Amino acid sequence: MNEFLHQLLAGLATGGIYASVALALVMIYQATHHINFAQGEMAMFSTFVAWALIDAGLPYWAAFAATVVLSFVVAAGIEFVVIRPMHKAPVLSVVVVFIGLLVIFHSLAGFFFGYTIKPFPSPFPADAWYGSSLMSAHEVGAIAVALGMVALLFLFLRATPLGLAMRAAAQNPGSSRLVGIRVGRMLMLGWGLAGAIGAVAGMMVAPVVFLDPNMMTGVLLYAFAGALIGGIDNPIGAVLGGFIVGVLENLIGTYVVGTELKLSVALVLIIGVLIVKPSGLLGKTIVTRV
Amino acid sequence: MTTNLLEVRGLQARYGPTQVLQGMDLDVAEGQVTALLGANGAGKTTTLRALCRFMVQTSGSVTLAGERIDSRSTEQIAQLGVGHVPDGRGTFMGLSTEENLQLGAYARHNRSGQAEDMERVYHYFPRLRERARQQAGTLSGGEQQMLAIGRALMGRPRLLLLDEPSFGLAPLVVRDIFAIMRRINREEKVSILLVEQNAKLALNLADNAYLLETGRVVLSGPSAEMQRNDAVRRAYLGE
Repeated sequence: MNEFLHQLLAGLATGGIYASVALALVMIYQATHHINFAQGEMAMFSTFVAWALIDAGLPYWAAFAATVVLSFVVAAGIEFVVIRPMHKAPVLSVVVVFIGLLVIFHSLAGFFFGYTIKPFPSPFPADAWYGSSLMSAHEVGAIAVALGMVALLFLFLRATPLGLAMRAAAQNPGSSRLVGIRVGRMLMLGWGLAGAIGAVAGMMVAPVVFLDPNMMTGVLLYAFAGALIGGIDNPIGAVLGGFIVGVLENLIGTYVVGTELKLSVALVLIIGVLIVKPSGLLGKTIVTRV
Repeated sequence: MTTNLLEVRGLQARYGPTQVLQGMDLDVAEGQVTALLGANGAGKTTTLRALCRFMVQTSGSVTLAGERIDSRSTEQIAQLGVGHVPDGRGTFMGLSTEENLQLGAYARHNRSGQAEDMERVYHYFPRLRERARQQAGTLSGGEQQMLAIGRALMGRPRLLLLDEPSFGLAPLVVRDIFAIMRRINREEKVSILLVEQNAKLALNLADNAYLLETGRVVLSGPSAEMQRNDAVRRAYLGE
């Protein structure tokens, strides 16, 4: 029983990571209806930047903040330089660009930081959480960070005029321009936020899986499964889905298929959701009258 | 003596290689309703789009209250006080009625008074208050038209561009909406440029009218004169 609880809680902890990356995917999907396949690699690269800053002597939280800001700027810049010129291109061309970005970030990380596996510090104490044998302080901290980020983003999207404008621009770019919203800027903002969220996820997962250029490959797949389960157009759903996938992955990996086949859980989930409920648990089916 | 809020000279517009407006002149007098009439494909919707530099390439001069706006962006023109109620109503389907209205105020730099503006919109369109929390995509066509006009009003426009507000609506609903537009014109001192296929309706509301044929103004004048004009009566009023 204790073993089961332990696996469940560990699942929640990795679920927090998946939830964060799923959230980043949804941010861009909502605005452009594209899945950014490079999201994981961008997050990995951000984590390397944080590692370099800490290595250079910066305190953890200073490096954390600098990385988040830098990731925001770089991701927004990618939207402006690479994605914006593609806005009339067919879907497949955009997918190719995403895969190109994935390869570029992967190679750049290898080029600058090497392929050897590096330890990455956790901001949370190394010992167990309040003497509990069930969860480490880092796991609890990672969950708290993920939930905090979701709360902030939700507040931003639902309760600020800028957040409303972002949602409007994603839904109806034409009408948005007519009420004075600069749609391009909203897309940039969406990319920036996604980049920043990914960076946080990378920095939370790196202490567990260690830092190397392949760190996020599996995470992206799980996050995608999570986003699909929750509803690819719903931030709250994506977070919920991320946690569900984290728990399922851990439990099924431990008790059913074994660790080697864990990744296939993500694929089965993706296909399962697409067959049974393509809009996901909380995905909104928009009702229109014509 | 009325002054012109909007002055358009030699306006041309094209979609890619297809030229739609062949250089038109048009004035909208301050505080008045000006109608733009014409058959399908005459260039009415394109004229409104060209004024906002929305979806079309344009040339020619457009002056709003003495200021040239023809090289401004669509977003800037909205901020300068041009409320465009587009063809197809432009509803944000997945957002609530209230959120749709809030978006209308986005162009205003100063967001104070937004609550009172929303009250004013609800005062003109009580139906929208009942639907405030409802997803806008579930509103009826008439309600969505009211929402589109309300959204434009939220930006406190000086000039309202209305693209076929009667389109696809039941005659009773159209009558209500036109009555409210007249009130808005008088009470809010908003000048209106109205595009309408239903010439009879439009001429009843408007002070002045322009008749468009294949991208050119072929006739213009006070509505009363236009109503008496034989060509207009035969072709557009069905008499």
